[in-house]
Amino acid sequence: MKLSLGEKLVTYLVLVIFAAFALVPLLGVVITAVSPSSSTSGFRMPQSIDLGNFVEAWDRGHFAQYIVSSIIVTVTVIVVTTVLSVMAGFAFARLKFFGSNIVFFVLLAGLLLPAEAFIIPLYFNLRSAHVTDSYWALILPQIAQSLAFGIFWMRNQFMSFPGEVIEAARLDGATDLRTLWQIIVPPSIPSIMTMCLLVAMWTWNEFLIPLVMVTQDNLRTAPLGLAFFQGQHATDYSLLAAAGIIIAAPIVVLYFFLQKRFISGMLDGISSR
Amino acid sequence: MTVTTRLRSGETRPAGAAPSRARRRRVASLKAFLYVAPALAFSLIFLIVPTLQTAWYSLYDWNGLSVATWAGVQNYIDIVQDEQLRDSFMHVGVLVVFYSFLPIAIALLLTMVISRAHALRGMSFFRTVLFLPQVIASVVIATTWLSIYSPNGLLNTLLRAIGLDSLTRVWLGDFNTALVSVGFVGTWLNVGLCLVLFLSGVGNVQPELFEAARLDGASGLQEFFGITLPALRGQITVALTLTVVSSLKTFDLVYITTRGGPGNSTSVPAFEAYNRAFNSGQVGSAASVAVVLTIGILLITALIGRLQPKDTE
Repeated sequence: MKLSLGEKLVTYLVLVIFAAFALVPLLGVVITAVSPSSSTSGFRMPQSIDLGNFVEAWDRGHFAQYIVSSIIVTVTVIVVTTVLSVMAGFAFARLKFFGSNIVFFVLLAGLLLPAEAFIIPLYFNLRSAHVTDSYWALILPQIAQSLAFGIFWMRNQFMSFPGEVIEAARLDGATDLRTLWQIIVPPSIPSIMTMCLLVAMWTWNEFLIPLVMVTQDNLRTAPLGLAFFQGQHATDYSLLAAAGIIIAAPIVVLYFFLQKRFISGMLDGISSR
Repeated sequence: MTVTTRLRSGETRPAGAAPSRARRRRVASLKAFLYVAPALAFSLIFLIVPTLQTAWYSLYDWNGLSVATWAGVQNYIDIVQDEQLRDSFMHVGVLVVFYSFLPIAIALLLTMVISRAHALRGMSFFRTVLFLPQVIASVVIATTWLSIYSPNGLLNTLLRAIGLDSLTRVWLGDFNTALVSVGFVGTWLNVGLCLVLFLSGVGNVQPELFEAARLDGASGLQEFFGITLPALRGQITVALTLTVVSSLKTFDLVYITTRGGPGNSTSVPAFEAYNRAFNSGQVGSAASVAVVLTIGILLITALIGRLQPKDTE
């Protein structure tokens, strides 16, 4: 369909304005981060680019340690969530079992509950079990939250998988487990990857669970580290900006390469709830 | 089905008979259950049981250390009577406007103007940029805006540059502007999301519909209300659910930027629940706030869900 020149111009103008609206605060961060560090002078365009803030934030803020914590937590959550979501999603989509409706309802509740609903008793439970202040206290609740989404995602994916292929495998005598991992999973890799990306993003960016669950400095994840760093260097915006960029970078880089998956995944994932 | 069920529970089958169909089905059912058992265990241990405990905690007075004492519904009465708690729920009402209504209204207006943007060159670039704030950690977003709102930050610098020195202020430290400033971050976050969502929705409308409308001489407004808006019902529902729920859950932003201050002017329920449970030793009160917040979120999700057109499910 053809758009008139005027329509095109208006459309581009609107898009440019709102793209700028989204970008200006973020560009401001980048500019602040490469400006020479000082707490008194305000925002202005820097005369020269200074990457010293990144080095200083990295050293003074212990961000190497925080990033390691974040990687440990994120990778573990992704692996466990993927395996368990694929199995449960398969069962809900393709197997009949007693009580499947009740179990499904319980998992649905997990998807709708905000973290505030369970975080307070969860902390005291884990403290009684001597699990707080460990990676487990970060990983296990995060898996529980991610599973709620992952199971729905995989179930939807597997329900649209051609049933004849599965029947054929069964007739050949393949067990359910083998059918799942050898017949169904390989062609579903793209959608599994999308799920992994989303779980990675949510886990990496999570703030409340680490805030509540750990007090030791060496267990802090990157966002929690930034929050404490901000507490100590409240007005050193150059350092804070540099630290913020370090933390946001891994997910933003992934996003730039795989933006279609991120966007469609987030929008579909939400719509399917 | 009823017959096999009876066989299963009644144990009337003679011992030693060949494995019946019921038995095989039971084994298959058990095997299938094993696929979901680990996920179910995670959900029960880390989400469901603690949620029920929250409701239980909310009926007690407890400082997190000593023995809890029964309080009945006193914690709930306090939510209505305690000014600080009552205010936190009012504040979240203001945030809903900024997080949800404003972005949806702005995005709809823009969609009206640029309803066929999805067909333009470079749209995938714009989509990527508009959606970008969604993937950045909320803590990073919060420190970014903390810097923008600071006395010599980007906002005041811009105001001074255009001669509006009188408007400059400590945005997050001023009783009059702190809540609005926090809310505006939500508007910034969600406009792009809504716009991407609506433009993709319009992209699904068959172009012939628009062409036919034009041939019939429909005005831009008629086109919007006749074609675009009805087609976007599903997307609007999604946008509403997402943005309203995210505003009710606001925590990270308030924790980093204001800690509820100045005074009590930006406190929100999620922050009160956290602060009371983990800082001021009012676990029962915190739990009651969490219960009210959770019920509110579930109710609103259900209500908005009823707007969803049935055919898209």
